Amino acid sequence: MTYLAKSPWLIHYDASSCNGCDIEVLACLTPMYDVERFGIINTGNPKHADVFVVTGGVNELNRAVIKNIYDQMVEPKVVVAVGICACSGGVFRECYNISGGIDKLIPVDVYVPGCAARPESIIDGIVTALGILEEKRKNMTNVPQKSADNSASHNQNNQSAGGTQ
Amino acid sequence: MISTGGYLVQLTQLLVFLILFPLIAAFFLLIARKDIEREWIVKLSTLAIGIVSVFLLITTFDKGTLLEYGVPAEPTGLIMFIIEILIAIYILYLGIVHRKWLVVGLILVQSVMMLYFELVYAHSVHVQANLFIDEFSNIMALIIGIIGCLICLYSIGYMKSFHEHHPEMKDRRPWFFCIIFLFLSGMFGLVFSNNLVWVYFFWEITTLCSFLLIGYTKTEEATNNAFLALWMNLLGGVAFVGAILYLAMFAGGVMGLDALISTGSVIALVPAALIGFAGLTKAAQLPFSAWLVGAMVAPTPVSALLHSSTMVKAGVYIMVRFAPVFDSTMTGYLIAMVGALTFLIASGIAISQSNAKRVLAYSTIANLGLIVACAGIGTYEAIWAAILLIVFHAIAKSLLFLATGTVEHRIKSREIDDMNGLIVRMPKIAAMMVIGIAGMFLLPFGMLISKWAAIRAFIDAPYGFLFIIILAFGSALTLFFWTKWMGKIIAVTSDSTNIEGEVDKSEWTALVSLAGLTFITTLVFPLLSTKLLEPFLLANYGNIAQISQDNIIIMILMLFLIMVMPLSILLPRRKHRHLDPYMCGRPTTQDMRFSGSMGVQKKTVLANYYLDTWFGEKKLKTLGIWICSAMIIIMIASAVLFGVFL
Amino acid sequence: MIDLILAIVFVLVAPVIGALVAGVDRKVTAHMQGRVGPSILQPFWDVGKLFEKEKAVVNETQIFYAVCYLVFMVFTGALFFAGGDLLLVIFALTLSQVFLALGAFAAYSPYSYVGAERELLQIMAYEPMVILTAVGMFVATQSFNVSDIIATKVPVVLVIPGIFLGFVYILTIKLRKSPFDISTSHHAHQEIVKGVTTEFSGPTLALIEVTHWYETVLLLGILFLFFGWNPLLAVIAIIVLYLLEILIDNTNARVRWQFAVKSAWLVALIVGIINLAALYFLSGGVP
Repeated sequence: MTYLAKSPWLIHYDASSCNGCDIEVLACLTPMYDVERFGIINTGNPKHADVFVVTGGVNELNRAVIKNIYDQMVEPKVVVAVGICACSGGVFRECYNISGGIDKLIPVDVYVPGCAARPESIIDGIVTALGILEEKRKNMTNVPQKSADNSASHNQNNQSAGGTQ
Repeated sequence: MISTGGYLVQLTQLLVFLILFPLIAAFFLLIARKDIEREWIVKLSTLAIGIVSVFLLITTFDKGTLLEYGVPAEPTGLIMFIIEILIAIYILYLGIVHRKWLVVGLILVQSVMMLYFELVYAHSVHVQANLFIDEFSNIMALIIGIIGCLICLYSIGYMKSFHEHHPEMKDRRPWFFCIIFLFLSGMFGLVFSNNLVWVYFFWEITTLCSFLLIGYTKTEEATNNAFLALWMNLLGGVAFVGAILYLAMFAGGVMGLDALISTGSVIALVPAALIGFAGLTKAAQLPFSAWLVGAMVAPTPVSALLHSSTMVKAGVYIMVRFAPVFDSTMTGYLIAMVGALTFLIASGIAISQSNAKRVLAYSTIANLGLIVACAGIGTYEAIWAAILLIVFHAIAKSLLFLATGTVEHRIKSREIDDMNGLIVRMPKIAAMMVIGIAGMFLLPFGMLISKWAAIRAFIDAPYGFLFIIILAFGSALTLFFWTKWMGKIIAVTSDSTNIEGEVDKSEWTALVSLAGLTFITTLVFPLLSTKLLEPFLLANYGNIAQISQDNIIIMILMLFLIMVMPLSILLPRRKHRHLDPYMCGRPTTQDMRFSGSMGVQKKTVLANYYLDTWFGEKKLKTLGIWICSAMIIIMIASAVLFGVFL
Repeated sequence: MIDLILAIVFVLVAPVIGALVAGVDRKVTAHMQGRVGPSILQPFWDVGKLFEKEKAVVNETQIFYAVCYLVFMVFTGALFFAGGDLLLVIFALTLSQVFLALGAFAAYSPYSYVGAERELLQIMAYEPMVILTAVGMFVATQSFNVSDIIATKVPVVLVIPGIFLGFVYILTIKLRKSPFDISTSHHAHQEIVKGVTTEFSGPTLALIEVTHWYETVLLLGILFLFFGWNPLLAVIAIIVLYLLEILIDNTNARVRWQFAVKSAWLVALIVGIINLAALYFLSGGVP
């Protein structure tokens, strides 16, 4: 076991979510769930973060931002799509300005469905992501990687977590 | 005895050479019309002056105070008097032409006082030795000889490009260089004179040179600022004559510095207070700070030479000379308080300034304030700190001025915010600037050692806690404005490219030498302290101040670290991935543009904090002028009270 | 006078102690908020993780400044624990802090730039009090040497109580605790993202974290000096004061920098003048 799994710092981005999932993500930090037990910190800075937590179905204005944040994260990194909108676009899937899921833009490692996703399933999703993080660390070389180049390898690791789908 | 006699003759020759040789150079520079001729005259004569000033140190090394009897007082004094009258007439003429009635009034008062002295008392004054040399004079001579000459050298390149950049101004370079060398002569005279009347003569020469050089460009602003400098310095001149008259009338004509200082505060207090006042004007302490800031309109070498490293040092030089008189007198404390407050207030104002030269000007005023504070306290530790400050400030500040001047010609701006990413655009000059800034306030460098010395001196001084509190706050302000400037320079802007090209050779020589001096003086500081400062303190105060061996070793270690760390950049290292700066997820272009609302392209602009509401120039200056003026009035009054009635 | 062994011990042991202090800090904070909180060893894991990450920077000069920050902080701490000159320690500490600000300036990003300016404001806020602390120590013990101050039988804190209070006040700024975490905070994100550390990532950020550990130990060491005549009392005092800092951290909202600077100066001015003046006059004018 490396230190990575013991100290996952995350950045949370709201890609046009209805705020339902956002509230649940923040609920994880409250004394009730206290994710800091696992060393999880909400850093709010992609350069410090290991886990990218995205909620919402991604509208046109978010696309560039999500890509930018993902690029600025330092390897190894994992993406957790929280909520059904982030997983697939949810009920907004057919909207003219919705991309329909985070994986249309960046490789997603863990899908946490739900509307809104419950804190337990979010925590479960992030803990699952930690395993992937470790694996990525093992395969990591210090070669600069672009998000587009390695999307194939990321997709192999895709898993579904959280149960309720 | 014979060998001593021969030795003194040689000494006389050296001193007279240093005073007169620049005059000869000045004359030739005035008549030399071709660039190449001028260039060689400047190069050779600065070399000669530099070598002789070092040679002077070697010959007088370890010999203590040497009085010099070779130069006769009678004919020389007469010549000086005639020159003084000519200067007075010249200034009078200019004052009337430009309708500066304050200047006219002051020069009239001054001339009448001087005439009265010459006619009535001059014959009763007898000074045995007119010239002298001791360790302190030696240090000053080195500053003038080496730093002054480096600045002259720099001027060759600078003035050439100055006139290329300002075709609208008349090229008066022969005049410029002539005055610069005249000034060097005046400064040498000032630090070698033992006769107070001579000191006064050279004092007036520096005032005149400063006036002429500030007005060099002949724009309206320059002319006004030149007259501002003139009247403030003339006010000091009046006080100086007052001191001479007082000595002649009430003190039996004691005019030798050596004699005056050894009498202590019994008879010397009133003249010391008056000369202290003159020193305050020349060192641009607070009510009189405006002239030095105004003088920044002059070409940069002038700012560097006159207004940072040499001429303003004349003001503090004379105060340090009189420091034994000030020791534990109320007059001394009040002068020290004026200096300390100037340090605090000028440091604060420097925060609010965005113009690099004005920041340098206020920082100069602030540091002179610190020196004045040390001189006013007048204990041996304080004097030790004061002289260290004089030395290190001269080096670091002239380096900064010259670097700023070079940058100014390149980027066509004096604004600090325009110096963004200078390390990318002009790495070599930027490095010089960073060394200069670091030399002004960071640890292993001399200025900080001096501040440290000042803290120790203040602790042992009566009412020292007041000075310590002021110093503590002032240092914090200093740190703020220097670091934010440094931050601007070292910011690595991604869109800039190296546009440095070839730096003018004379400018580059001066910059590198001064940067080297910043390091070397810090390294040899223990030597400077033991070989020059300690004998001086021992002779004048019977006590020495020093830094313990351990701390010197630690500081040399730090200096070593500071010099080695940058080399780590050369080490081979694994390639790092380059990330864009974080812009809240906004995609940015290479030159930090991002699309704002409605698709409008916006450029990211980062500017420094200036905290104008707190440190606004107007507000602080007004405050400072009132407080310091009040203190100066009380200072003179207290001197009169203690010196005359008690 | 300079004890090399103590210096080496500091270099080796300080990061461990500093990290444990940080770990306890997080645990106590969590308990104050009714949470379980992370392990006490969490800071080690955080830094370990950062070293495992990819090396990425905005530009290479950042690494240089981060390394300088660390090197001079270690140097400062070693100098302090070896019993060196307190004034020298303070100036070296400032040098180290300046390098952090320069590192943030060098990245030329809006958030780290504002963070750097605020860092400088912070330095400007606490610097007078820090200098006055050193001077106060001198007045109390007649020496600037840490080795002499520690060996003194004078109850320093009773001689300079005002300066002690002033130092405790600025300690909150130095430890980057709320309400004065204006330039960067350890974990919470804020209006300027992460301030000075925004653009540092991976191993470079780890260096800065380690430097913070050294700095914490150094600051606690300065606190120790106030109680130097009684080591037991000193340890108790340090624990109580640190818990107090955590309490303050958890019960106060971040203030604006204007308030931070003004209040720190006011405190320094008042305690400085009152304490030093009282000592000066009580000792009959001879300090």
